[in-house]
Amino acid sequence: MTLPILSRAHLFDRVRAVILALVVLGVPTATAKVVVNVTQGTINPLPIAITALQGEGGADPQVGAAISDVVTSDLRNSGAFRPLDPAAFIQAAQAAADQPRFADWKVLNAQALVTGIVAAEPDGRLRADFRLWDVFEQTQLAGVSYKFPAQSQSYRQIAHMIADVIYKQLTGEDGYFNTQVVYVAESGPFDRRIKRLAIMDQDGANNRILGDQPSSLVLTPRFSPNAPEITYMAFMGNKPRVYVRNIETGRQEPLGDFPGMSFAPRFAPDGNRVIFSQAQGADTNIFVMDTRTRSTQQLTSSGGISTAPSYSPDGSKIAFESDRGGQPQLYVMDAGGGGAHRISFGQGSYDAPVWSPRGDLIAFTKREGGQFYIGVMRPDGSGERIIAQGTHVEGPTWAPNGSVLMYFKQQWLGQTQSRTRLYSIRVTGQNEHEIPTPTDASDPAWSPSLTQ
Amino acid sequence: MNMNMKLVGVVAATILLAGCHSKSETTADTGAMSGGDVSSSQTGSAIPGSEADLAQNVGDRVFFDLNNSELSQEARQTLDRQAAWLKRYPSVRVTLEGHCDERGTREYNMALGARRANAARAYLVALGVESGRIQTVSYGAERPAVLGTGESVWSQNRRAVTVVAQAGA
Repeated sequence: MTLPILSRAHLFDRVRAVILALVVLGVPTATAKVVVNVTQGTINPLPIAITALQGEGGADPQVGAAISDVVTSDLRNSGAFRPLDPAAFIQAAQAAADQPRFADWKVLNAQALVTGIVAAEPDGRLRADFRLWDVFEQTQLAGVSYKFPAQSQSYRQIAHMIADVIYKQLTGEDGYFNTQVVYVAESGPFDRRIKRLAIMDQDGANNRILGDQPSSLVLTPRFSPNAPEITYMAFMGNKPRVYVRNIETGRQEPLGDFPGMSFAPRFAPDGNRVIFSQAQGADTNIFVMDTRTRSTQQLTSSGGISTAPSYSPDGSKIAFESDRGGQPQLYVMDAGGGGAHRISFGQGSYDAPVWSPRGDLIAFTKREGGQFYIGVMRPDGSGERIIAQGTHVEGPTWAPNGSVLMYFKQQWLGQTQSRTRLYSIRVTGQNEHEIPTPTDASDPAWSPSLTQ
Repeated sequence: MNMNMKLVGVVAATILLAGCHSKSETTADTGAMSGGDVSSSQTGSAIPGSEADLAQNVGDRVFFDLNNSELSQEARQTLDRQAAWLKRYPSVRVTLEGHCDERGTREYNMALGARRANAARAYLVALGVESGRIQTVSYGAERPAVLGTGESVWSQNRRAVTVVAQAGA
């Protein structure tokens, strides 16, 4: 897989082209009777039959099958669906693509059915038509046509977009499959650990190390909400500094020239400002810089350590951690820096709050009694809930729909060997599963949706 | 003074080369400071004013409790020796590296390492070492001294290490 992953700007161009060519295939006005409720504590995964999209007009039949495989994998990994084994299908996929014989799917107890074709277009591109059916109501719930380049990995992007449509139609929530994750790829012994920026699709496909990295020790990459940019901390020489990198061009530069160490960066929701920390003597404080004007404002000065800031999605508040009262706890303050108040009051210490893109929850890492925990609480501190735990779990990041998180887990295998991997989990604490990476991986950051 | 320093350095280096080439494998040892007569130092000892000299004969690191940056009695004694050593070699500049064990989070460890480095630096400055000679940096938990997990490992990784940045002048 040496094909370059789509940068966000390129992807937007492609998505625009796709959307221009997008045809809605006879979508009914009736709403779906079949739904899966993903907000309750326990999800009953919805049984769904996903047929291989059938090749037509000289199109490679493997492309349609590959698209269906990715759709199947996305929906299964979400925890909200139970894709049925195609070996049990009664009606042939080709016949179903022409007209589903609903009785054949009802006996399998498939609640929903996916059919479709991939056809070769005169201009050399491919066209994927898919339809989603409510088996028991015998109605079409969705139908979309996409055109895309025949070469490259773009079929995967189309598959993720199809999975997004199905997920949205049947859960009511936005899908999160057409997204990327930037993370830190780790290698080498721990006293000389090499940590480099890597990027992949949310399912682990199209993994690659970002090129031309000036430092082999980077931490905490974070996506811009609206541009193909990331911000991260890198050790350059003897100094940790915040950088901003365009993942499309590879161009990167320090955020600014600050007197001390700068670290813990994160974009503001408008993408025009970066909030970060600077060490000043014994204290660490939070600053914000406008990347257009380069003006910097100090937001905390309460003594102790204040770090790991994260904006609310409306930009009006900032969650952060501080040990001003003793051990690290979570605080929320106004975006201008005033009105800081503590929101975490449980046992142990609370670190690195991350505001949900939906605004309703703040995820955090908690340490207590030799264990690490990933949890969520409401912005007022109520409703605290632990969703994952381990000897070392850290660094939650939200999928753009605010329903799924990713984090990293380090597991010790004996005294000096360990394994560190990324895990995805629903905000309910269900469906924890590993995201495959070629090496040890940490500090994941989920991109916004790449579908316009 | 500088001239003498250089000469002494050359003498010691010659002795070192004429002896064995065993470099300091146990740099973490906080041995007592060697006597003032450098030319009579043992074979295998380090060049005076060097990183190895600091590590072997003075003690280049101090240790901290979990989530803590307060200097223990033992840490102060080590820093007392470091201050005396730094006054003896006034052209030496150092970087104080603050480190944490693995049981913190990325961001907090970076800040805590900075606070530990600053605590050691402030103590040296209070003892009369020029502040301009001491830089600080935090490595968080990214550069452990001892590999593995468990308290015996963690206690050696929660540290501030004085590293010679630039010797002689």
